[in-house]
Amino acid sequence: MSAALLIDVILWASVAALGFMAWQRRRPVLVTSLREGTMDFIHIVPRIALGVIGSGYIAAIIPAELIIGALGPSSGWLGVATAVVAGAATPGGPVIGFSIGAVALKAGGGSPQVLAYVVAWALFAFQRLVLWEIPFMPAKFVWFRAAVSLPLPFIAAAIAMAIGKP
Amino acid sequence: MSELPLKDPLPADEIADGEPRPGKVRSPVGWSTVMLAALVAVSAVLVYRRDGIDGVTAILSHDLSLFGGILPRVLAGCLLGALIAEILPHDKVSKSFGPDSGLKGLLIGTAFGAILPGGPFTAYPVASALLAVGADFGATIAMVVSWTLIGYGRAVAWELPIMGTEFTLWRIVISLPLPLIAGFLGRVVYTRLHRDRPR
Repeated sequence: MSAALLIDVILWASVAALGFMAWQRRRPVLVTSLREGTMDFIHIVPRIALGVIGSGYIAAIIPAELIIGALGPSSGWLGVATAVVAGAATPGGPVIGFSIGAVALKAGGGSPQVLAYVVAWALFAFQRLVLWEIPFMPAKFVWFRAAVSLPLPFIAAAIAMAIGKP
Repeated sequence: MSELPLKDPLPADEIADGEPRPGKVRSPVGWSTVMLAALVAVSAVLVYRRDGIDGVTAILSHDLSLFGGILPRVLAGCLLGALIAEILPHDKVSKSFGPDSGLKGLLIGTAFGAILPGGPFTAYPVASALLAVGADFGATIAMVVSWTLIGYGRAVAWELPIMGTEFTLWRIVISLPLPLIAGFLGRVVYTRLHRDRPR
């Protein structure tokens, strides 16, 4: 938990440092920024509530055994492709993809396949794109970013197969 | 309230590519939100039928505490994004992160994403602010992908304890080139798509 605390400290220190720079420039700049940031926050909270609170229910009913079964070491590139689709379909949130990945590893899943699953989930879990990214960033950028990220899990799996790690 | 003389808006011509100031104009509820709300409702009913009311409340209380823990970071992220949009010198940003910033821009984006503190609610508003002050899609994609795959925030807080040290470290090492690839791909495709449009 101390790592999380450290991150919080760095985060708020950055806010304070930038706030001080804004204040030095001109006081109204600081006031405007704080007001705009707070308004963004208020607008975004309902969607985040749905994203965080909802993902627990989706995670509880997704067929994790099915995903884990498809990621075996002999599944090859088909397994990698399945992993990418499964990663995109797994709900966002900070834990779910890692939890399924960890179980898959313990259950004897292939490393490149699990790696592709975790990377795909981190990069373009559909629910995260819609509920967590689009509220903050221009929708066009979000979809564009997801599209150019599509090859990345395959590249990661290829590197993993080539070097035999993890 | 909004008519106070404190207002110091960005000049309209400096807002990148005709996009609205990010995070401001978007309506809070769109079709996608409704669809996902329906999906969540169906999932909750299925959990109820399988595990009873205890299953539903267990998930709810766990996710509510997670939500409570995230909220302060969301606020910090929003403030950070707004401050960056106000005080970053636009000409310097477009030079370091703009369409003509080359490999250096992608590298800076990658490095910035890797060291950026906090969760998605820091990274996304900051990315949005960078776009608004003149960064191009390529460098911003490199930043977001780098934050996602190389950034220490999620890795330390969640991945290390769940996936174990060896998997996490190798995953990060293997991910090192990926932000550059995504940023490069993004820049090339974006330029192709918008070649006819004057910049």
